[in-house]
Amino acid sequence: MVGRALNTLKVVIIGAGPAGVRAAQTLVAAGVRPTVIDEGRRAGGQIYRRQPDNFTRSLETLYGTEASRAQGIHDTFDGLVDQIDYLPETLVWNISDGRVFAVSEKRETTIEYDALIICSGATDRLMPVKGWDMAGVYSLGGSQVALKSQAVSIGQRVIFMGTGPLLYLVASQYLKAGAGVVAVLDTSSFIKRVVAAPKLMSAPDALINGLKFTLALKAAGVPVLTGIRPLEITGDVESGVSGLIFETGAGEHREIKGDAVAMGYHLRPETQLADLTRCEFAFDEKSHLWYPKVDEDGRATTANVYLAGDGARILGARAAEVSGKLAALACLKDAGAPVLDNEIMALRQDMACWKRFATGLREAFPWPAEQAAKLPDETVVCRCEAITAGELRRTVNAMGAKEANRAKAFSRVGMGRCQGRYCALAGAEIIAAAAGIPVSEAGRLRGQAPVKPLPICIEDDEAAAAISTVRELTK
Amino acid sequence: MAPRFYRLAETGRKVVNLTLDGQPVAALEGDTLMVALLSAHGHLRRSEFGDGTRAGFCLMGACQDCWVWTEDGERLRSCSTAVSDGLNIRTNPPEVSWSDVL
Amino acid sequence: MSQSVNNQSDVIIIGGGLMGASAAFFLRQRNRSVTLLETGLIGQQASGVNFGNVRRQGRPLFQLPLAGRASPIWRNMNALLGEDVEYIQSGHMRVCYRERAELADSFETYAREARQYGLDLEILSGNALRQKFPFLGPDVYAGSYSATDGHANPRLAAPAFGRAAARLGANICENTEVVRAEKDGVDFRVTAKGGRVFKAPVLLVTAGAWGNALSEQFGEPVPLTPRGPNMSVTEPVPYTLMPTVGVSTPLEIETVYFRQIPRGNIIIGGSTRAASYPDIRRAYVKPENTLTQLREIRRLVPALGRLNIIRTWSGIEGYMPDSLPAMGPSGTTSGLYYAFGFSGSGFQVGPAVGDVMAELIDEGATTTPIEMYDIRRLKPVAV
Ligand SMILES: Cc1cc2nc3c(=O)[nH]c(=O)nc-3n(C[C@H](O)[C@H](O)[C@H](O)COP(=O)(O)OP(=O)(O)OC[C@H]3O[C@@H](n4cnc5c(N)ncnc54)[C@H](O)[C@@H]3O)c2cc1C
Ligand SMILES: Cc1cc2nc3c(=O)[nH]c(=O)nc-3n(C[C@H](O)[C@H](O)[C@H](O)COP(=O)(O)OP(=O)(O)OC[C@H]3O[C@@H](n4cnc5c(N)ncnc54)[C@H](O)[C@@H]3O)c2cc1C
Ligand code: FES
Repeated sequence: MVGRALNTLKVVIIGAGPAGVRAAQTLVAAGVRPTVIDEGRRAGGQIYRRQPDNFTRSLETLYGTEASRAQGIHDTFDGLVDQIDYLPETLVWNISDGRVFAVSEKRETTIEYDALIICSGATDRLMPVKGWDMAGVYSLGGSQVALKSQAVSIGQRVIFMGTGPLLYLVASQYLKAGAGVVAVLDTSSFIKRVVAAPKLMSAPDALINGLKFTLALKAAGVPVLTGIRPLEITGDVESGVSGLIFETGAGEHREIKGDAVAMGYHLRPETQLADLTRCEFAFDEKSHLWYPKVDEDGRATTANVYLAGDGARILGARAAEVSGKLAALACLKDAGAPVLDNEIMALRQDMACWKRFATGLREAFPWPAEQAAKLPDETVVCRCEAITAGELRRTVNAMGAKEANRAKAFSRVGMGRCQGRYCALAGAEIIAAAAGIPVSEAGRLRGQAPVKPLPICIEDDEAAAAISTVRELTK
Repeated sequence: MAPRFYRLAETGRKVVNLTLDGQPVAALEGDTLMVALLSAHGHLRRSEFGDGTRAGFCLMGACQDCWVWTEDGERLRSCSTAVSDGLNIRTNPPEVSWSDVL
Repeated sequence: MSQSVNNQSDVIIIGGGLMGASAAFFLRQRNRSVTLLETGLIGQQASGVNFGNVRRQGRPLFQLPLAGRASPIWRNMNALLGEDVEYIQSGHMRVCYRERAELADSFETYAREARQYGLDLEILSGNALRQKFPFLGPDVYAGSYSATDGHANPRLAAPAFGRAAARLGANICENTEVVRAEKDGVDFRVTAKGGRVFKAPVLLVTAGAWGNALSEQFGEPVPLTPRGPNMSVTEPVPYTLMPTVGVSTPLEIETVYFRQIPRGNIIIGGSTRAASYPDIRRAYVKPENTLTQLREIRRLVPALGRLNIIRTWSGIEGYMPDSLPAMGPSGTTSGLYYAFGFSGSGFQVGPAVGDVMAELIDEGATTTPIEMYDIRRLKPVAV
């Protein structure tokens, strides 16, 4: 793409969250007309998700302290719409040979690119617990979506369980909206937060907000317990959740009643698209996550592929904005456009600050890897295929599968509709614990297209033409 | 069965009528199909593998737990489908009628 | 799997796909000591990712004895191996389209001739066809139904053979890539990456699409082209499509086939195969081939258009110019045997290939005709 006139440069951005919006803005400012593809009906991404047009709640109600940032992203995007090619409600399902394969309304759109900026965001990170396959258990992020974009609560008496800043944020948003919050149960111990405090001070306002949420919950009389371990979500396979049994930090077993559980352990990156471009990945020992390898500015190991936002590193929404700009600048620089080095330097410094803050969060709210070994055999690990921890362990012990893809082939864990999004990370921990190996050795599930289910009735002119050409030739 | 979701705000919207397992369901314009169904009912479908009812999980189009069948045998991902008047949804797959070609 | 300190055995097998793993099993049944060397894990390549069709019909008539030898092994495999490989005798249906009605005549001829090999086929058209298979699209003209063919789970079959062979005492060395093989007096001397050396008077090469790298070392290079067929699988839906169905057509882009498993997923294969990459042990699905495949499956079973696919994959197949394998003794070196290059239809015959090779090695001859697969028929292409 070097030497190409910028106004002919074909850049495709996948994702219109904070990272994608800032990347688009940066490219447009340089004279590029990028194509922005997003599966959502409206731009904004995850945190700044917009409610339907006929809803009336204020930005403050929806986004709280982040209202002005949300406004900023939405306004920026709305201002760009004429200078970009925007494809909403369009899912990128595969990437191959410099082309993005996307589907919208059951029609294929294939787009060539010179450079690709993937800003695919994150989803909740989950650790199974017995009973989490029952109706009424939702991911923490899902419980927030219910409230934010639909103004509903997932139940009348909601138990929030897991760890991470989102746990307190969503519980307090529920409380404020008038929903019933039964308890907030955090698997991380309080002392971890104290130890991580200096790193969390790199974003003091975020830290203070976090403290405020906890105080608000406590002031409302919601029990907030730390250092717990969930044992079982109770209920009935027909009628769904009725409560949760857990072990307190002091080791007692307790049961609380509720008709919904919102659970999550911070986030995991959406990396299938990066994988499909054949990027290399590396294991991050500290978070137990596999990340695509990127350089400081977001260049992936595959030429002309750039990664930004939570899909590249879980660093939060504000860092996503910064990394989106950086990735776009890296792309412009590689295309031979004049890019100011001090602009890049300043953005890199911002990123360093967010990285330090994210390290603090990770240390304060660690992924409870140790739970995997303790899950009872009858716990469902793969919700899609209803495969239990016992079945997964059997493939390790009796069939010798000590690697995630191998265990998937034998057990089906990761073979369901969600493509392993919700079971793969915990599955790897279970495999590692059963095999007595470090989780890095259990590896990661290779990404496979389609990124999400693809309708068989998809219409594609190219495919139709290819088939009729061959038929004509042989007549 | 008791509903699973409870409305907290935005209740003044226009009513949209749909059917779930033959019963009428009144939803609101702007609802996702999932919210419409679960504001009236406890689940969306049954797990194919016998471990009970399911009511979605992620609400953001990632887990694929919320696919429902229409009476005509179409598949819809309920958390990312907007409701529309007259939708006829089933929590169990309809009898396959193979001669009923698309 | 067990690692023996002793690197000497009666037979060394290079390549742990279905061919190598079943050969190891049957050689152990014949009390031959066996070392099986595999670059990766048993059954991780073509044998582990294929479509899973266990069909005899449609194969060249001269291959039916081999295919027929495989049938009872498939039927008894769970008992034989002590594990469930999910084999189902679901029936297999081969159909042609109206615009190629002449193929229906060839189905008739094939059915007549195949009967002599013990393969019973029923030709169906018109109402009989629609009644039995109401899901087939209007373009489908006629079909040939084999009630005794079926399908199995490829992810399980070869590994199950490997484990059963290990239980019988085979020395199975995974993560062991052979880089050199030579004959050193009486024994073959086989060197793995990292320097480990194995010795045996008999060497069997079952290295799939990688076979040429070994046969070449014995002066028998072969023209193997690596390709990768496209596979897709749907979400689970109620189990109603019993038989495996495949379209017979001379146009690769039009080929399409499917099978449903009792859990409900429908596995779809077919349309233009892409290149595949033995050197990096990967095969990628080209999205454009998925799109033509989905178009063609709608033609075969229009109602499938309502479903979604949730995953696609491919695998590495090695094709000879005549699509037949190299199977039998070497033409240059005594004690050396080959069974590789099985192209797109090696899964069904796999267990029989292992059985025949074990017989050949053990007894010096086999009752199943295999002369047509002799490696000497193949001339390497000049590059
Ligand atoms: C459920 C959830 C709730 C969160 N809530 C908060 C919060 O309240 N506060 C907070 O600080 N942080 C929150 N976070 C974290 C926050 O979302 C991120 O830090 C921030 O949104 C990251 O921005 P991004 O641009 O990287 O990705 P996102 O904002 O997630 O945007 C990614 C976009 O990419 C699109 N996309 C992905 N894959 C494809 C594809 N294949 N085809 C087409 N489009 C695609 C998505 O539709 C999405 O719009 C939350 C995260 C999640 C998952
Ligand atoms: C996608 C796909 C669909 C198919 N569908 C069907 C079907 O429906 N029905 C059917 O009958 N057939 C089908 N086939 C074909 C069938 O899978 C193959 O013909 C068969 O599995 C070949 O078995 P194999 O053991 O020869 O090869 P493989 O399974 O490829 O095994 C060869 C092994 O040798 C190992 N190896 C290679 N070189 C070395 C070395 N130097 N040292 C150590 N190890 C080495 C490799 O790692 C590999 O594991 C399909 C194939 C593919 C790829
Ligand atoms: S609830 Fe997860 S995809 Fe709809």
